[in-house]
Amino acid sequence: MTDVLLALALLLVAVTATAAVLNREPVRQALVLSFLGLALALLFTFVQAPDVSLSQLAVGSAVTPLMIVLTVRKVRRDAGTGPGPGPDSGPDPSANTGPAHGRSGGDGPGEGGRR
Amino acid sequence: MTRRGRLVLFLAAAAVVAALLAAAFVALPHFGGAHHPYGERAVRAAFAHRTANAIASVNFDQRAFDTLGEESILFAAVLGALVLLRQTAGERRRPPRPTRVSPAIRRLGVLLLPVTLLVGLYVVAHGQITPGGGFQGGVVVATALHLLYVAADYGALERLRPLSLYEIGDAAGEAAYAVTGIATVLAGSAFLANVLPWGTFGTLSSAGTVVVLNAAVGMEVACGVVVLLATFLDQALEIEKPEPRQGDGSARPGGGGG
Repeated sequence: MTDVLLALALLLVAVTATAAVLNREPVRQALVLSFLGLALALLFTFVQAPDVSLSQLAVGSAVTPLMIVLTVRKVRRDAGTGPGPGPDSGPDPSANTGPAHGRSGGDGPGEGGRR
Repeated sequence: MTRRGRLVLFLAAAAVVAALLAAAFVALPHFGGAHHPYGERAVRAAFAHRTANAIASVNFDQRAFDTLGEESILFAAVLGALVLLRQTAGERRRPPRPTRVSPAIRRLGVLLLPVTLLVGLYVVAHGQITPGGGFQGGVVVATALHLLYVAADYGALERLRPLSLYEIGDAAGEAAYAVTGIATVLAGSAFLANVLPWGTFGTLSSAGTVVVLNAAVGMEVACGVVVLLATFLDQALEIEKPEPRQGDGSARPGGGGG
């Protein structure tokens, strides 16, 4: 039983870690990283390391993705503040840091300061 | 160094590391086995000092000096982030407009905030008995506060989070660890040795100095993460880069002072 859980958790870690590497859009990457943190927390629980699992859960799946998302927001906001339009004038195509996916729904600087 | 040279150097170094790792792994105890030479000794030493959570004993008793280093790394990292992300000359601070939060999310946040805070404090307080401790619980406490940002808005979080207090708490937690170490020396023992009475096994007051050091780390981590996230939030939400100034005379050659 434990072996099955362990194999499942290892598989989940491998899949989410690969997805985090292959994903090139920073915000989406942060979300996948959060899932990777969750999978690692599960794995550590199954190998009877609850202390490490708790750290992983708190830091890996909450604080680190949040810091990445905040950084991306700052970078995009600054890029959107050109000499012409102000920061509230809506999405600026030049501020797009992702390669092809573009700016997803609520990323615009005019969203009123929420992420 | 050329690209080819770098690749050759990397491959050579990687081969050496791989060989050493393989040699080390062969000599390791088997995965999931019942016996582990280090584990058995660590658990025996933990029980000798009446510490139910052997991990806490390793962190704050047997390897307390290592943890001082780890705590200082976090302290230095927060300090570095604070210096790098400070508001520089010319940057403007504009508070974000208050936003409307859906009532369901507001209710959930209000409900979860005290629960999460309590769980975090519980994890810190029971570090010597159950899994967790100052580091894990501290991060939970810090994230709990940020439910205010989810449930209300950034203004609410800023009003209920006096940042200077957390900056003091961060430094005080770091100092408390070092001061405890000096106190153990003054008590006539080694630096960070477990000199306090060990108490009754499995109770909140057991494990001697582990309780003190655990609390110090809990305070440092909780305050440090709050300060760290505050600098990131400030940069992401409030601080704007300076407006590019045009025609302010800097382009004119030999613009006279006066």
